[in-house]
Amino acid sequence: MTARTKMGGQRPARTSANPTMNRYETTNRLKDCEMYYGFRTPWAPLLIIFSIVFAVLSLAHAAHALEVPPLKGYVNDYANMISKPAQSKLEAELKAFERTDSTQLVILTIPSLEGETIEEFSIRVAEAWKIGQKGKDNGIVFLVSAKEKRIRIEVGRGLEGRLTDLTAGRIIDLVVKPRFKRGDFSGGFVAGVSALIDATKGEFKAEEAKPARKGRSLSPIFTLLLFAGIGLLFLGSFSRLVGGIAGAIGLPGIAFLTIGPSLITLILLGLLGSAMGIFLPLLFSGGGHGRGGTFLPGGGFFGTGGGGNFDSGGGFGGGGGDFGGGGASGDW
Amino acid sequence: MKRAAMHLIFLFVVLSIAGCGYNTMQRNEEAVKAAWGDVEAAYQRRNDLIPNLVEVVKAYAKHERETLQAVTEARGKVGSIQAGKDIVGDPKAFARFQEAQASMSSALSRLLVVAERYPDLKANQNFRDLQVQLEGTENRINVARTRYNKAVQEFNTSIRIFPNSLTNSVLLHLAPREPFKAEAGAEKAPQVKF
Repeated sequence: MTARTKMGGQRPARTSANPTMNRYETTNRLKDCEMYYGFRTPWAPLLIIFSIVFAVLSLAHAAHALEVPPLKGYVNDYANMISKPAQSKLEAELKAFERTDSTQLVILTIPSLEGETIEEFSIRVAEAWKIGQKGKDNGIVFLVSAKEKRIRIEVGRGLEGRLTDLTAGRIIDLVVKPRFKRGDFSGGFVAGVSALIDATKGEFKAEEAKPARKGRSLSPIFTLLLFAGIGLLFLGSFSRLVGGIAGAIGLPGIAFLTIGPSLITLILLGLLGSAMGIFLPLLFSGGGHGRGGTFLPGGGFFGTGGGGNFDSGGGFGGGGGDFGGGGASGDW
Repeated sequence: MKRAAMHLIFLFVVLSIAGCGYNTMQRNEEAVKAAWGDVEAAYQRRNDLIPNLVEVVKAYAKHERETLQAVTEARGKVGSIQAGKDIVGDPKAFARFQEAQASMSSALSRLLVVAERYPDLKANQNFRDLQVQLEGTENRINVARTRYNKAVQEFNTSIRIFPNSLTNSVLLHLAPREPFKAEAGAEKAPQVKF
């Protein structure tokens, strides 16, 4: 009780205003504590509820979503299961395989699944890494979780015909599992990978001399500018003020609704729009010195065509392959 | 001049429609349809596995007539529903579809539990292969359902947010789609242990 009176003494201004302080102190311990920590009494229960809900939610969130680790290369040994020589052997083998067949096979080991099923996690990994070439969908993720002793081979859509669930299951059961049971993890990965390569060899061929840039599609902003230009030309031919205002408001407005670009882009578009509204009609009505197209900016607005970025510039990444949940799981 | 003005007005209308999410909604609806195609394909794949599975189990577990029959019946029911076409667009048909597939799932898992009691059956290579295939199929169903739900969520949002909702009510009249609801036992592939 001494501590409590001392506590009250620290805040004389608040408690002295309360005529029934004694009773207050003995009956409302909880509230008193809250006041001590600086909460206003009416809001304190709400705040506490919110913080509990928030804590529970964030806990649940943390428990649910095991993060997909970054893709480092062909072998991503986050659980330290593979010996160094085996790792470099696998890297070389998988690189060569991708060069000939364009099929991407990636190994991932993780210490623990943290409550998630291996199927859920592996499809998230496949979706995040996008292993396999775009359009061919020839990616394979060979995933092992050390703590749960679970193995999964996730097969891209394009390989499902060759590497069926059954084949993947047999590779796990007959090739990988026996070695893992003996504790020979490096051997299990090496043997498993060569079985997977044998199963999928020849299904795809690497394209020779890929053009550096694929056919670019016009970015939506370009289409927008084209249409807006015509509209503004029309409005601006009535009055340049109307055209300018319509351009300044309309262009970023429409861009915001359709594409949702950043604020800076919006401001730029606003300036561009007003300029277009004012000057486009001039250009066309002027007749003599039409400098068409000068208001359309060049390369800056084109979309950069992303595609297979494997083997280019030394970095390794997935090529955009699609997965549909094919493959098999097992344990040891 | 008047003709030219008319053309410009037409273009302006096209432009403003594009600005109101017309294209986005169309695109999202197509995405929902594509995702639905995958869901159906995955379920169909499961349906195709069942006759073989029933045959194999029958050879070893003749006494489990009821369980086997339940599976066969559920399969027939699923088949009769898939004969009808537009399931995505019709909430009632969608509910029926979901219910039929759920009873299929539970009949199947009962069959697998029963199979646990027959060591000879469990050792049969044919049966084990079918189990692996079934597991893979269940996982595909799961993935396809999750993606379908994602597509539906995106679509439903796109027809509900402001400028789009206006375009939709005037021009497109798209109805929100129904997502799959989690059902007991269906969200996880049956775990088969040896």
